Parts: sequence; C-alpha cells; structure tokens
Amino acid sequence: MSSTPQVRLQLPSNPLFLSGAREMVYQFASRCGFSDESCGQLALAVDEALCNVIRHGYGKAPDKPIWLSMTFVGGVATPETQDNNPTEALRIVIEDEAKQVDPTTIKSRDLDEIRPGGLGVHIITEVMDEVRWEKRTDGPIGMRLTMMKKRVPAGKAGEGEKCADGAAEGSSCGTEGSKGQGAA
Amino acid sequence: MAEGTTMGSLTLTTRTEGNAVILTASGDVDLSGSPLLRQELKKHAGKKIVVDLSAVPYMDSSGLATLVEAMQTSRKGGGQLFLCALGDRVRSIFSIAKLESVFKIVPSVEAALAG
Repeated sequence: MSSTPQVRLQLPSNPLFLSGAREMVYQFASRCGFSDESCGQLALAVDEALCNVIRHGYGKAPDKPIWLSMTFVGGVATPETQDNNPTEALRIVIEDEAKQVDPTTIKSRDLDEIRPGGLGVHIITEVMDEVRWEKRTDGPIGMRLTMMKKRVPAGKAGEGEKCADGAAEGSSCGTEGSKGQGAA
Repeated sequence: MAEGTTMGSLTLTTRTEGNAVILTASGDVDLSGSPLLRQELKKHAGKKIVVDLSAVPYMDSSGLATLVEAMQTSRKGGGQLFLCALGDRVRSIFSIAKLESVFKIVPSVEAALAG
C-alpha cells in the first residue's frame, strides 16, 4: 500500500457511541487487509480502551472528548523484526483530557483471581502486539494510549498474528479470509 | 407473555419456564447495555438462570464482569447460572479472559433446562 491511510475522529465519552467506534475500527482494519479475526480483536481492544477512559478517566461523565486515530504504517521495524524484516501494522492512538495517572500503575490483573472487573487491560495487552500508556505532554491533563498490531500478509497468517485465545506465533489462527467474526 | 427491555445496544427478554428464568439477550453486551443485564440478573438471584446469548454478536469486558458477578452471587445463594449458544466472537472473549471453564456453557436453552 503506497499511501498512508489515516483516520482521526473525536467522540464523546458516552457508551452509546462505542458500537459506532467498533464498527469504524473493524472496517478500517478490514480495508487495510487485516483478517476478519484480527479486525474483531482490534475493535475489541479499542472498545476496552475507550471503556477505560469513560469509566476511570472521566468517571462516567458522558460529554468529555476522546480522540481516536488510526494509521496504517508500512515497513515498521519492531524489536522482533530487527530492522531487516519490516512489518506492516495498524497504529491506534487514543487520547483524552482526563486526569493523568502514572502509566506504571496501569496493569492487567491476575486472572487466577475470579472476580468482576479489571479485565480490560488484560484484553488489550493480549490482542495487541505493542501497548504504551503515557501522560500527554501537550497540556497539564490527559493520557495517550498507543497500540500497534502487525498485519500478517495473506497466506502467512499464524506466523506472527496474535490469536483470540491469546496464543501467538506459529498457530493456525488469524487465517486471512476467515468469516463469521464481523463487528456488530 | 415475555417482557422486553432495551438499554443502549442490548435488548433483554425475560420469561419463565418451570423453575428457570430465561434471559434472552439480543444485541451487543457492551458498556451501554451491560447495566441492564446486571439489573436483570440481580432481580433473579438465587434462581436457576439461563442466559441465551445466541443473538449476541459482541461482548466486552463489562459484559464478562457482569456475568462473573452473577455467577458468584448464584454460587453463594444456591442458584444456577447457564450461558447458552455463544457465537465464536463472544466465546473468544471468554477464552482471552481464561473464563471458559468457570461458567456452565451449553449449546442451547434446551440443554440448560435439562441440566
């Protein structure tokens, strides 16, 4: 893909807009060549990230701004690919104007403990290849979450794409063209 | 006659069959709709509850958390909670959260009623 497809939108911190955001992420990822399963995972990760902003960042206030940006980047060298095997990936950035928190305190909880809540961060880190929370530096408030997911070329699915069940590298998940995982 | 309620992207219909309460969910169980599911599950705590998820294409962690809470309440109160007819995408979030084995997941409402 020679151009750099990019989309950026502002949405309110209202749960009613989550389904529209999921649909947009799914469709954008689909047009960038991600498998149906990966598109579903990307939509899920964004949903969880937006929920975290709404619930914890804004304390469920429904009228605060959230910015969602998606960029399809080619030739990205990740630590795993060591510069000599660049990877195409979708970069998703979510920014808010909520109170700033220490990024090191944002952690996935222990799954051995069966209790409601706290699963969002686990899901995000499980389905994305890279995840980074940071304080925004362009103002006194706000957090930024940057997430990356690599695209596996058709016919090579399973060589690098993370699976829905959390397994990665070398399994048979994420086959390009698999059906039945469409976003609602 | 079954009664239906809608909140956000979720519609819930409740009916009783024998000693079981059957909650039929339709739509996405996300942050906009999971409070409705939580409310209905609490209403029937301590009973045999069957949640039909066959018309749910999507669920996020707020839905999962709601079901975990209901399962724990059910265990304490002597009730039962069955989840039925999970689609692939909904099942995958249970798998990611490693919760598949925690719930009684059955293929159909009939199987839950027989269980």
